[in-house]
Amino acid sequence: MKLAGFLLLLAGWVIVVAAVILLVPVNARTIFVLAGVAVEIVGLTLVIRSNPLAVSEKE
Amino acid sequence: MLLPITEIVLIIVLILLAPFTIAGLSLINTGLGRSRSAAHSLLSSLCIFAVASGVYVICGFAWQGYIGAPAHTFVAAGRQWNWLGRGPFLLRGLEFNGTAISFAAWLQIFSVGLAALIPLGACLDRWRLSAACASTALLAGWTYPLFAHWVWGGGWLAQLGINASMGHGVIDAGGSGTIHAVGGLTALALAWILGPRSGKYSLEGMPTAIPGHNAVLVLFGCFLSLLGWLGLNSAGAILFTGAAPGRIALISINTTLSAAAAILAAVVITGVRFGRPDVSISANGWVGGLVASSASCAFINPAAAIVIGAVAGALVTYSVEWFELHLGIDDPGGAISVHALGGIWGLLAVAIFASFPVPLLIDIGAGGFKVASDTGQALAQIVAIATLIGFVLPLTYGLNFVLNRIWPQRVVMEGERQGLDLYELGGGAYPDFVTHSEEFGQFR
Repeated sequence: MKLAGFLLLLAGWVIVVAAVILLVPVNARTIFVLAGVAVEIVGLTLVIRSNPLAVSEKE
Repeated sequence: MLLPITEIVLIIVLILLAPFTIAGLSLINTGLGRSRSAAHSLLSSLCIFAVASGVYVICGFAWQGYIGAPAHTFVAAGRQWNWLGRGPFLLRGLEFNGTAISFAAWLQIFSVGLAALIPLGACLDRWRLSAACASTALLAGWTYPLFAHWVWGGGWLAQLGINASMGHGVIDAGGSGTIHAVGGLTALALAWILGPRSGKYSLEGMPTAIPGHNAVLVLFGCFLSLLGWLGLNSAGAILFTGAAPGRIALISINTTLSAAAAILAAVVITGVRFGRPDVSISANGWVGGLVASSASCAFINPAAAIVIGAVAGALVTYSVEWFELHLGIDDPGGAISVHALGGIWGLLAVAIFASFPVPLLIDIGAGGFKVASDTGQALAQIVAIATLIGFVLPLTYGLNFVLNRIWPQRVVMEGERQGLDLYELGGGAYPDFVTHSEEFGQFR
């Protein structure tokens, strides 16, 4: 799960970079940057939850 | 470019203050750790700084570069994107005659030392000295210069204003993201890799309090840190964002107010929650305020600095508990809360509070400059934060994960029980005092 989380982190960052480089309209770029950040948050959540001492794991 | 003589003198004085950040943080880390590893903690601080400065001079600054210096670029969507410096190793060819780049190299030696020291706060009492040095070499030689080039060296994050009409590009005057978030995220990666100190968590996963051994060291370290931060923020703002030297008064006021508001917030919150203020959390709050002030210090008014500091203090106070209790991350020095979260908040605060009355130093090549607008600044800061979380964190975790396979980073259980002072150094910091009371039977 940790590896999947890190891969999602990288994927989210790639989405952000692609949005910055390829998209010109401000609204579209903003939406895709925020989408990339959302993917990163999902990835970070997976990485955190993979820690055996995290609360959800204890429960 | 050659700087005016008055500015040279000013920058020299400011950079000479910067090492106090390292001294302050070293004392804070040592005080928050256990007495049985106190000497090891301070020796590690010195060795980490030594390795960081050496490696950075060898190859780090070559890859970080400076605005307008040679760099590796690629073309995408019809625009040129700068991704890595292309300078000579060992500072060869650098003219030490009052040029801005020479002062930037000098300041960066202290900046990278500070960034490399941050992970020690999360790895206290269990990080081998040799492994700490090896990990520092990776941070100072690659991770830090890479991101610092993107923000301070004219790289693609700094170019967002020119290439993508995102305000002035990423603004980070004193290094909230470049120094502190990079260091704090490395601390997070290492805390995961090393695991918690033995005895920190019960079999049911409940944390046990392991308080710091010397509150005086911690609090005195806070005073020294303020001195250093005044120099670091001011020099960084002048050299990396083109702030006018006259802004030093504003920068110093903002830095001080942010730290003051942060510690008062931490004192009040812990006082209300626990009945008495907590020394270690309050000290971490102070440093959190300093960290959060760094990015925006030259471009906000004092009232905003108070708000930024207060938010940082509250953030540090609650996140320290959250990391320990809910995420199962043992961070004795509060490095992750203070530097990673504080640094990210500092970058975000630029988007919320900063205003730019004069054009900043934005080099668009061929000797030209562009006057940037403030529109899109928030998105630029968000892209920087996304890069820290989505790229820097996986990068630093991956590097240290591989390093751990080659060179184990955590000391063996016996070493942790004895204390790193005895196990790795052969002598304790406090030989006249009993630090292992559980080993002694009844006294005659």
